[in-house]
Amino acid sequence: MTLAEQFNRSATSSDGDEPITKVSIVISKASLEEIYPGLIMANGARAEGMDANVFFTFFGLDAIHKKRQDHIKVSTVGNPGLHIPTWAGGLPGVSALMTKYMEHQIEALDIPSIPDFIEMISDTGAGVYACLASVDLFKLERDDFVEHVDDIITIGDFYEMSAGGQIIFT
Amino acid sequence: MTIARLAGVDVQLNDEGFFVDPDQWTPEMVPQLAEEWGVPGPLTDQHWEVLNFMRKEYFEKGTGPTVRKLGKSADVSVGVKELYQLFPDGPAKLAARCAGIPKPKGCI
Repeated sequence: MTLAEQFNRSATSSDGDEPITKVSIVISKASLEEIYPGLIMANGARAEGMDANVFFTFFGLDAIHKKRQDHIKVSTVGNPGLHIPTWAGGLPGVSALMTKYMEHQIEALDIPSIPDFIEMISDTGAGVYACLASVDLFKLERDDFVEHVDDIITIGDFYEMSAGGQIIFT
Repeated sequence: MTIARLAGVDVQLNDEGFFVDPDQWTPEMVPQLAEEWGVPGPLTDQHWEVLNFMRKEYFEKGTGPTVRKLGKSADVSVGVKELYQLFPDGPAKLAARCAGIPKPKGCI
């Protein structure tokens, strides 16, 4: 028996649960703090040797939209985690300022920008998909999306490709 | 703990198959490690660039690099895409096993 066979066989958690071998991650919102976690999870899954698919739906499509993915903002209204008053979050320029601050922090940790991250995830071999219903809803076309998008798929396709794995809605 | 016989030497591996003591590793073990862990052969200079960088980073920083760091390093001539071809299904993890160092820490 090779080491790979030996250790894959024993790659269960301490309480005997089966290891996760595949994840399908859904990103449905367009703010910076709601896009990054899904990207980090997808990249991490591939780094661990799992299969990974990322499915962008609804406003999450902005992350793979050619003209929008470079302008993703932190949500500053109704975001108690920022610890600023909600009324202040709505003032002109606050979202841009907070975004700039967060981007700076992210860069300092050597975390890629959203466009670079999408490219990196595609390079890891993870699938990158857009939701057909949302694409239709927003009257978008294949050309509106970055080249790293593998396909525009239906929810049925999504469930089919997620079979046997975990679905994570971020 | 598992004992594996590599290039005629008994080596201690932890529960995930990583070397317990990186000083037990020798380059002579690499062909066998690569085969045992399913690295598609033959081993190339690019594989060795990755393995040497893994060890260098581990001894300098206390942890091996993540895939992103490997892809950005000037010591490694290939990017993320090629890393997944050289060491499929988790390049940093697989390369760490072949380079005789613990599992790299890092989220990105």
